Amino acid sequence: MEDKLLIGGQELESRLFIGTGKFSSHEIIPKVIAASGSQVITMAIRRVNFFNEQDNVLNYIDKKCILLPNTSGARNAEEAVRIARIAREAGCGNWVKIEVITDNKYLLPDNYETIRATEILVKEGFVVLPYMSPDLMAAKRLEEVGAAAVMPLGAPIGTNRGLMTRELIRILIAESKLPVIVDAGIGRPSQAAEAMEMGAAAVLVNTAIATAQDPVQTARAFCLAVRAGRMAFLSGPGAVQEYAVASSPLTGFLHKQGGE
Amino acid sequence: MQIRVNGNLEEAAPALSIKEYLTEKGLRPESVVVELNGQVVKREEWGKILLKENDELEVLRFVGGG
Repeated sequence: MEDKLLIGGQELESRLFIGTGKFSSHEIIPKVIAASGSQVITMAIRRVNFFNEQDNVLNYIDKKCILLPNTSGARNAEEAVRIARIAREAGCGNWVKIEVITDNKYLLPDNYETIRATEILVKEGFVVLPYMSPDLMAAKRLEEVGAAAVMPLGAPIGTNRGLMTRELIRILIAESKLPVIVDAGIGRPSQAAEAMEMGAAAVLVNTAIATAQDPVQTARAFCLAVRAGRMAFLSGPGAVQEYAVASSPLTGFLHKQGGE
Repeated sequence: MQIRVNGNLEEAAPALSIKEYLTEKGLRPESVVVELNGQVVKREEWGKILLKENDELEVLRFVGGG
């Protein structure tokens, strides 16, 4: 009874998006992608180092996957737009993850510049998935300018700290019409499952997989956790109670005299 | 002539095409993306466009990222 996720006109079976940063080698990436079942994969664009040239990471991503280049390195809307255009010209398709960051300590996104970049790129025909701080008003602006989803952070990038912004994400899920994809900070499959149980449309995971001792096994664990979380959400979990509510009948105890 | 590549000034032979420049640098053209003076240049054009004095070239590639 798993349902599909619709983004930018694409039907996705998998609700786990994964990033390709921080892996010990490019060679492991295809195995991680296969184990994760992910259909949407992120990557970045950087200047070539002429003295230490490396392979293009795109060579390690299954051609069936949707490429989601990010605009990391952009410090304002204009730089994000430039990177998005470069990625599209390079044959990456028309999906882009907007990432505008000037805060080097926590790598928190600049929602204002992110909204501006989203507005420009939507007009140019991009499917825009903005990385954002989980602020409802920002999510509403992103919806107005045509974002395909919002991607609030669970915790600062690369921290593996889980859903620190849980209550704000809960509000986004309840109030935004856009799919809410929890991006950044998810460090354990259980945290991915929790986000999905809350009603997140998907999660994006990179560091938790890339820095695990066994990234391939971890990718598989995230795949299962995301599916389990989604199923639990669709199944409608039971109510939370203050006091105990017995699961066994409260009648017919063996110590009672004369029966009941 | 001087051109600026990825932010650094370089001396380049005159009438060099983008494609020739990349090959000279030992890059496989299919692995990189090129921007010339702020505009992305499609791969098909690389052989036809000749670099000029003071051109600003960005040679980019896709890397792992989240």
